[in-house]
Amino acid sequence: MLETLLLALTNLMTLQHMGFMGLGVVLGLAVGILPGLGGIVGLSLLLPFIYGMDQTSALAMLIGLVAVIPTSDTFASVLMGIPGSTASQATVLDGFPLSKQGQAARALAAAFSASLLGGLFGALVLTGFVVIARPLILSFSSPELFALTVFGLSMVGVLSGSNLAKGIATAALGLACGTIGAAPATGEYRMEFGSLYLMDGLPLVIVALGLFAVPEIVDLLRSQSAIAKEATLGKGWIEGVKDTWREKWLALRCSGLGAMVGAIPGLGGSVVDWIAYGHVVQTSKDRSRFGKGDIRGVIAPESANNAKEGGGLVPTLLFGIPGSGSMAVFLAGLILLGLQPGPAMADRNLEITYTIVWSLALANVLGTVLCIVAAPGIARLTTIRYALIAPFMIMVISFAAFQATRSLYDLVALLAMGVVGVLLKRFGWPRPAFLIGFVLATQAERYLYQAVQFSGWSFLNRPLVIAIIVLTVASVWLGARKRPGEAGGAVSTEGTAELAQAGHVWPQLLFGAAVLATFIFAFSESFRLSMLGGVFPATVAVVGVAATIAAMAPLAMGRLGTSANFDVETTKRENDVPGGAWAMIAWLAGFVGGVAVVGFFLSLVGFFVVFLKVVAKTSWIRTVILTLTAAVFMLALARALNLVFPGGLLQAGFDLPWPLR
Amino acid sequence: MTRINRRHFIAAGSVAATASAFGLARARAQEGVNFAGQTIEWTIPFSEGGGSDVWARFYAPYLGRHLPGGPNVIVRNVPGGGSITGTNEFVARAQPDGLSLLGTSGSTQFPFLLGDPRVQYDYAKLQPALVSPTGGVVYIPASFGVEDAAQLGQLTDRELVYASQGATSLDLVPMLAFLVMGLNVRHVFGMTGRGDGRLAFERGEATIDYQTSSAYLTNVVPLVEAGDAVPLFSWGVLDGQGNVQRDPTFPDLPHFVEAYEMMHGSKPSGVEFDAYKAFFGSGFAAQKPAMLPEGTPPEIVAAYRKAFADAVADPDLQANKGDVLGEYQQAVGEDVAGLYEVATSIDPKAREWVRQYLTENHNVRF
Repeated sequence: MLETLLLALTNLMTLQHMGFMGLGVVLGLAVGILPGLGGIVGLSLLLPFIYGMDQTSALAMLIGLVAVIPTSDTFASVLMGIPGSTASQATVLDGFPLSKQGQAARALAAAFSASLLGGLFGALVLTGFVVIARPLILSFSSPELFALTVFGLSMVGVLSGSNLAKGIATAALGLACGTIGAAPATGEYRMEFGSLYLMDGLPLVIVALGLFAVPEIVDLLRSQSAIAKEATLGKGWIEGVKDTWREKWLALRCSGLGAMVGAIPGLGGSVVDWIAYGHVVQTSKDRSRFGKGDIRGVIAPESANNAKEGGGLVPTLLFGIPGSGSMAVFLAGLILLGLQPGPAMADRNLEITYTIVWSLALANVLGTVLCIVAAPGIARLTTIRYALIAPFMIMVISFAAFQATRSLYDLVALLAMGVVGVLLKRFGWPRPAFLIGFVLATQAERYLYQAVQFSGWSFLNRPLVIAIIVLTVASVWLGARKRPGEAGGAVSTEGTAELAQAGHVWPQLLFGAAVLATFIFAFSESFRLSMLGGVFPATVAVVGVAATIAAMAPLAMGRLGTSANFDVETTKRENDVPGGAWAMIAWLAGFVGGVAVVGFFLSLVGFFVVFLKVVAKTSWIRTVILTLTAAVFMLALARALNLVFPGGLLQAGFDLPWPLR
Repeated sequence: MTRINRRHFIAAGSVAATASAFGLARARAQEGVNFAGQTIEWTIPFSEGGGSDVWARFYAPYLGRHLPGGPNVIVRNVPGGGSITGTNEFVARAQPDGLSLLGTSGSTQFPFLLGDPRVQYDYAKLQPALVSPTGGVVYIPASFGVEDAAQLGQLTDRELVYASQGATSLDLVPMLAFLVMGLNVRHVFGMTGRGDGRLAFERGEATIDYQTSSAYLTNVVPLVEAGDAVPLFSWGVLDGQGNVQRDPTFPDLPHFVEAYEMMHGSKPSGVEFDAYKAFFGSGFAAQKPAMLPEGTPPEIVAAYRKAFADAVADPDLQANKGDVLGEYQQAVGEDVAGLYEVATSIDPKAREWVRQYLTENHNVRF
């Protein structure tokens, strides 16, 4: 084994192989920086090129790309408050406040060093674990997977802010959204309104961007300034590294957590950052700074999301089962290279596995170095007036959104989820809880159904299931315990707001009523279905109704002191645009509407020109330059991916040449 | 050459084709088809990384090399709606100018065969240029003490469990096969791929499973060698006359029809078997067709058929095909039409029977 390990290293250490790895790393960093774009897009860019390459070079390139995306996606999370990919949503929670406080350098340094630690840990796990992982992975059957999804859902408790009922209601809303599409047990379609688009359910990328990116863009636009007041990143590179060093045990624990969640097939890595975040909150003594700029809130998710990649490779290589969308594309790459993953990867083909291990480790180091070098330049973006940044952000997230099905519906879904996100944020319904519910909905339902089908209800007696349930209870207790002088163990993910006064609570009540109506709709819809198809959404709806009423009843009865009373619009902002959030949403809606009429490309050009002239008030020359830059960038990326942009009425009526097609 | 010029030429070409002898017309027409400097878009209604995506990406460079003029062939993924969306879009928008190609899979053919109202494509109108078969092997745990299909009768009293992706997915084929065979199988749905099903088998949750050939060779053969699993039969392949033959990857294993005879002593028949055969053909023996849009001029279709035939004969392709194509005979040239017919048609009685069966037993609504 050791011999194979060294052999793989010497094999990799040629100029050619390292060159291709570097190429993968650079592309991975670039893709990772762009919000919403992750491994799937990056690997799809590389797939056409691996044809005919030698195995080692191609593997080094693919792994180089996969390894560094969770490192560079930190930029968007920390500097822009927009999750760089689905794996770094939790980083936003503390990273962005730190950035606003002028401590971006410290946050980035801590994030990168934690990422490096996590990445190396992941590579280590892959090295040793891959040889013995088979029986361990097989010990996680559907009952254990169901118990783990419950553990994941229990994190809602810590992320609920001061009002648990509201947190549970939000998670139920996420769960209800997650049940859209085919029922796992019967294949019946639920709440899809007869549309083909909703058959597969809402795409995760779109939900994440809608919930987290759109509200942040809206907010920043309204403040009419740059993100950071200071012109510099602030000092603190050394301090950030020291932070990670001081919290090394935390980083290692979270790396372990990340690698484990990644290694268990079927769980998926999309919530690993939230689990790590929940873990750090639960195990910390002083929780007062979480959500307001606690460096531990950056270190925990960042170490976990890099370690996840190493862990995720274990089932991908050993069983040929991809744990995520990007692993599926990676698997396709392996097959095109003539490699069929299977037990031989831990045996006859161990050298290939170890080539992957070394590529993973080296790419993590290279990626971290490059991120640190590039950071000061990239950070300067935050000093630019946000009105100039916003159209680019909207362009990138729309581009990321329509990767899901390459259609206009993706953009409509983004807009709809964006409105939901803005409202959740405004009224203090914790968006992380929504996301956790959304991601785990399908898994919770599927594994519960399968566990009962395979083992009957006695599945609850399995030792590993009991162990996970005990762990869940312990973690909830750890999170819920209060200390003298502390309000509670939960983090206010949506910030704070002053209590709304009498006469001004109606927007909150209206929103609560809309949520209630959604649950009632989901409940009534479940009666159309068979028992197996309807029982899960019906249960979720009942829980949701109960939690919403529990949260909203005091407010409805006029008790303004309740912790559910939350509306950030209560306080007047220092700076605001006429029309507030709705005006900014209208811009996005205008853009999406434009796509529906003239297609993506023309609408984007039009949007840029109008937005820059009207909102950013730039000169014509700058407007043209910025618009051209955006257009060229989009065309280059779309060309490389062989994309046809989503079309509108114009495209339906006329056969136009690319890119207008 | 501009679009319009070529269309004029093509129109002239098709007149010539109807007027003169078929062979002569084809030879003449092919001389006129030239894709030099053009980009051919191969639409795959699945996301990047799936089996159909890998298949198209593998073929694309060879197709480009062997089409007249050596065009650039790119793969365009249009995922969503269980592959119905992308295929609907293709038939609605693709021009019959030879620059658009469509590749589908059993998952696209099944809703069509079942009469799903969301399907707007009609396979009978598309022009096939290539059909790629695939195969698989059904296996059970060795602990049952069943050594081969002849001893399957021992299992008829026992409830077997199959981990399925869904009643209308590709796993409809094993569902019908077990039914025809007379095995008592409970289907547990919600698996996200055949790999999931194999994992359930290895964990002991599922007690009967099948894997496609390449996954069987890499992941199940070790189980068989370790004495944990026993292969029962392969799905088999179809010959030019539509008869089931042994899978060339597994010449020592009986195919499904042989296994039925080993168990029951007679050949299978009846509406259940007709239904099984239709979906087996569409899901395995003729799983992946590559097609040109309706109305594509015959000389372009002929050029594509020839290009695929040449690509398959290319020693470079043969050397690199590995697990992507496996040992399966690719249907090209004159063989395409027969296999394509198998992949895309079903006897109305069999269709009605399957629909009713799925509605009554698995809550499927049409």
